[in-house]
Amino acid sequence: MDKTVKNTADAVKDIGDGATIMIGGFGGSGAPIELIHALIDRRPTGLTVINNNAGNGRIGIAAMIDAGMVRKMICSFPRSSDPRAFTDRYLAGEIELELVPQGTLAERIRAGGAGIPAFYTPTAYGTELAEGKPIAEFDGRHYVQERWLKADFAIVKAYLGDRHGNLTYNKAGRNFNPLMCMAATTTIAQVSRIVAPGEIDPEHVVTPGLFVNRIAEVEHPQQEEDLIRAGVSYA
Amino acid sequence: MSTESLDDIKLSNAQIAWRAAQDIEDGAYVNLGIGFPEMVARYQPPGRRAIFHTENGILDFGEPPPPGQEDWDLINAGKRAVTLNPGAAFFHHADSFAMVRGGHLDVAILGAYQVAQTGDLANWRVGSKGVPAVGGAMDLVHGAKQVFVITEHVTKDGKPKLVEACSFPLTGVACITRVYTSHAVIDIADGRFLVREKLAALSMDDLQAMTGAPLHVAAPVVDLVVPEL
Repeated sequence: MDKTVKNTADAVKDIGDGATIMIGGFGGSGAPIELIHALIDRRPTGLTVINNNAGNGRIGIAAMIDAGMVRKMICSFPRSSDPRAFTDRYLAGEIELELVPQGTLAERIRAGGAGIPAFYTPTAYGTELAEGKPIAEFDGRHYVQERWLKADFAIVKAYLGDRHGNLTYNKAGRNFNPLMCMAATTTIAQVSRIVAPGEIDPEHVVTPGLFVNRIAEVEHPQQEEDLIRAGVSYA
Repeated sequence: MSTESLDDIKLSNAQIAWRAAQDIEDGAYVNLGIGFPEMVARYQPPGRRAIFHTENGILDFGEPPPPGQEDWDLINAGKRAVTLNPGAAFFHHADSFAMVRGGHLDVAILGAYQVAQTGDLANWRVGSKGVPAVGGAMDLVHGAKQVFVITEHVTKDGKPKLVEACSFPLTGVACITRVYTSHAVIDIADGRFLVREKLAALSMDDLQAMTGAPLHVAAPVVDLVVPEL
């Protein structure tokens, strides 16, 4: 078994117009910048993007938005140190927003990966983000029904990956990545180093390879924060 | 007391944070909201060490690293670079919010636009303009055994922030248990504000006049005493 592909361009070559894509990361932490930029090189349009945020500066998801590729964002916090890309399009009515509380976003993705079509959470009960959703009472408390989230593709950043797709992550860069790996039809991971099966201690595998379809090596991944401080624009 | 003198005697943000920090036990698992609530970490009493949780997936993170030594995969929920204390742990977002919603945290401390006598909190947006962003606020209010608010007692233009019912969009219903303000410490129980502590220079009438809902007293009100910081 060998899930490696030769580069990031190859990894995203079949992501087409109208796809729903989960993109890992929390801000720049754990964000697969090189896979996103490879996708921008292909310019599919009408995409629905699921991420905690909605891009920062002129790179990564913000650059996807600048390139007119994104029809809809599903996220919890569409703000950042430089949120112009999303803000301008949103206020112009050119991009749709589904705002989801952060923990509900994580659990909806987990549920999508776990085959659970809906669940109940106390989060957002009594608020405008629960409007129109079924409410139920359990043991005297009210809960909101939330549905699973699934995607055509997940693109994530990990640290080590073996040819079977087993992954480890770097520090808090883990965040949404393991959940998104579970919830997409096709999961694509960029890793800092591809190793032989057996080189990752089975006790240390965070995402089992079963959830991963393709891995591409990006030896020195760029960090969103560094690119923004350097004023980089990817277009 | 005049509005000017109410403003003169009020606690600074650091002092409000200090007062809240005194109520966090050694070894407590604590989430501090982004911004003002993060100040609470600076004022832990000697001999106590709380373990801080950050929503993006760390328990027991520490101080920011020196400039130039940031690892941008190692950040907190405010997206600032942090370091780790010995015994820290990483976990993914679903586990992180299981800690929150599952009631495993001891204390969460949040900021507020408004707090109602029912314990309702409004802290995520003030109207329908602009780009809405909620982050983890709606999860955190249901996330801890105790959910505290730290806030100025009134807005910059003198309007009450402690009210009968929130007029801003809600973050959560009946979720706040205690409010530390610039002038008082007030518990919320059975749909009422119960004054526990107030600045000595302030009469109950003064405090009531700057509060948008009836204040109640269940036990003798203690002077709110905070060091110069």
